[in-house]
Amino acid sequence: MNFDFSDDQKQLRDQARKFLAEKCSPKAVRIVLDGKAPYDKELWKGLAEMGFLGVAIPEEFGGAGAGHLELCVIAEEMGRANAPVPFSSTVYLAAEALLIAGSDAQKKKWLPAISSGEAIGTLALFEGKGNPSAKNVTLAAANGVLNGVKKPVADGAIADFAVVAARTGSSGRDGDISLFLVGLKAGGVEVKSLTNLDPTRGQAEITFKDAKAEPLGAAGEGWSILTQVLDRAAVLCAFEQVGGSDRALEMGRDYALDRIAFGRQIGSFQAVKHMLADMYVSATLARSNSYYGAWALSTNAGELPEAAAAARISATQAFQHCAKNNIQVHGGMGFTWEFDCHMYYRRANAMALGLGSLTYWEDQLIDRMRKKNAA
Amino acid sequence: MNFDDTPQEAAFRETARKWVEANAPKELHAELSKSSLGRIKLANHDIVDVGKAWQKKKFEGNWACLHWPKEYGGRDATPIEKVIWQQEEGVYGKLTQPFQIGEGMCGPTVMAWGSEDAKRRHLPKLASGEEIWCQLFSEPSAGSDVAGLRTRAEKKGDNWVVNGQKIWTSGAHYSDYGLLIARTDPNVPKHKGLTMFFLDMKSPGVEVRPIRQANGMQEFNEVYFTDVVIPDSQRLGAVGEGWSVSLTTLMNERMSIGSRLATGVPELFEFCSNLMLEDGLAIDDPAVRSKLASWAVKSSGLKYTSYRAISALSKGERPGPENSIGKLVSGMMLQDIATYAMDLQGAAGALTGTDEETVQGQFQQMLLSSPSMRIAGGTDEILRNIIAERVLGLPGDIRVDKDVPYNKIPTKGR
Repeated sequence: MNFDFSDDQKQLRDQARKFLAEKCSPKAVRIVLDGKAPYDKELWKGLAEMGFLGVAIPEEFGGAGAGHLELCVIAEEMGRANAPVPFSSTVYLAAEALLIAGSDAQKKKWLPAISSGEAIGTLALFEGKGNPSAKNVTLAAANGVLNGVKKPVADGAIADFAVVAARTGSSGRDGDISLFLVGLKAGGVEVKSLTNLDPTRGQAEITFKDAKAEPLGAAGEGWSILTQVLDRAAVLCAFEQVGGSDRALEMGRDYALDRIAFGRQIGSFQAVKHMLADMYVSATLARSNSYYGAWALSTNAGELPEAAAAARISATQAFQHCAKNNIQVHGGMGFTWEFDCHMYYRRANAMALGLGSLTYWEDQLIDRMRKKNAA
Repeated sequence: MNFDDTPQEAAFRETARKWVEANAPKELHAELSKSSLGRIKLANHDIVDVGKAWQKKKFEGNWACLHWPKEYGGRDATPIEKVIWQQEEGVYGKLTQPFQIGEGMCGPTVMAWGSEDAKRRHLPKLASGEEIWCQLFSEPSAGSDVAGLRTRAEKKGDNWVVNGQKIWTSGAHYSDYGLLIARTDPNVPKHKGLTMFFLDMKSPGVEVRPIRQANGMQEFNEVYFTDVVIPDSQRLGAVGEGWSVSLTTLMNERMSIGSRLATGVPELFEFCSNLMLEDGLAIDDPAVRSKLASWAVKSSGLKYTSYRAISALSKGERPGPENSIGKLVSGMMLQDIATYAMDLQGAAGALTGTDEETVQGQFQQMLLSSPSMRIAGGTDEILRNIIAERVLGLPGDIRVDKDVPYNKIPTKGR
């Protein structure tokens, strides 16, 4: 059994960590946090140059053609660094949707542009409150144009194109949904930035008024493609969450070693030690579940739906838990804008919702476990 | 990333599988396959008798204590081979329960600290199951703080005379030998006045009394020592070095990688899949699903954490204190799951009968037994200290009794 990343993959992780430590310091993250830039353009360019954006994109489409295990280790580092770039929207959602369902021409148009950092993509799924559900999709597609409103759309305000879920039927079944590719800089598209919990990753409302769209994948296959895309993104996001959990744990540990109160390091009090030990436990469980997700993702195993849901739940819980208690370990200082704790707290809680909330994934996991038990 | 054996591992697995296939007591397979918590009870057999028979067979086939050196009864197997053996031994591994303390803790301690004569006399007999050993560490006033123990050993000529009491000794009533830590000098700080011995459990003055536990069962014992004589040749390590010796024993306790701990998740999943609530099956209720999912990912997280540890072993790495999380997580889960499964049954959840309504009372029994999972082998709190100190590098607790002579340490809170 070798339930671990290879030496080459670990080297890639070290390389990504070093790169991000240099180019994505908390100070750099704060430029976006403070609203001085919509995302870190320099970092985005650098990620493209390093080959990270297209690490799992085949060489024929301009990528590095490495694979999804390599993407997992990079995702972990992106989470650890709290990178203020549209990585998850572009790479986990848009690129994955294109890889699964794109025509050759669509792949040729967008994937090289993603790899080179020229195109930012996203997925436009949600229409107001609610979790992923075919029933919630009302945006209409007919005669090659879209009409309707999507919100929230992650990184929608900076994206060049979106994969849009639209209604093409009224049978009340999943087959009513189809996917479309839409250039967001074209006519008929109106984009409005929305404020959100985590300003280092923007959210937007996109209004489509007779916006030109081309089908992505077969008509009526939209929901089935989306389910696959969400599962794949769930594993990749889980790695970001694992990276964020580890960083929050480290911050808490380091502060507990530095801070003196009552004449001793606060890390010598069991109340603090045990809080940090529990953070370690949840981060470890999340990492192990995510490794299983990575295995299923990289091998396209039949276990992917269950593994993805488990990784998603475990990593969401761990990141929320670690980010929350990191603030607690820091005490009053952890509640200042100046300390970085709140950046991870914001990211953890925004990420917990982005692909659908915990409740949604818990529901999915039980369905998938039942399906497996019945089989 | 894969779940495949290396060619050598696959060959080893094949050999082990064939041997188990040809030699295991298959008539017990069904009974051993039932999930159970704590002690294993067999309908028509004494676990010690069938355990001894299986252990002897394994010894003759060279599969007993396989990670031990050949000269002491093992087969010089690597840690990963031991894990593969455990996987192939499967449910029959439950038969080794009476020997686990001997194999996992006492044997390694004798191996590290015993004389050549002691090693040759006892280790092969431990491996063959001829001798069962128990561990005599905990005392009524020395649990987590085991170095605070009171049992006295005093030197008389070439012998030691022991007086005192041990508690929570698994298998003391059927053990042939015991590993005993005792205080030999009360005038120095607590860690410095301890010495390790082994003794014949049939020695005059040794009295074993079963403990009636909170769950109504009797699995552990108290052991009383009244002027028990132990020859100095049965001392392990130097006089006053007992604490260092005990660390060998306790370290081995936490090394049991790959042995999967019960979490209660499969039982709860099955229970919720069949339980009818007012509005339908429990498993269709969103609140139930949410709880179930949270526990399921903890359980799978533990499973894949152990896979990661096995992978590390396979590469020749030594697993460290990070493996403390298994018992910490599963112990709490068992208790919470039992409580929840009973909650779903309403007032009837309190019934412990054997009717179908209470699913043979499995959750009620889980509830009553689970507190011990959070205490035995290191309490939740000690395990969190271990993670905090040895994994995260946080400071050790401030020990107010560290430099105080043992006999000056307060013995009562008020």
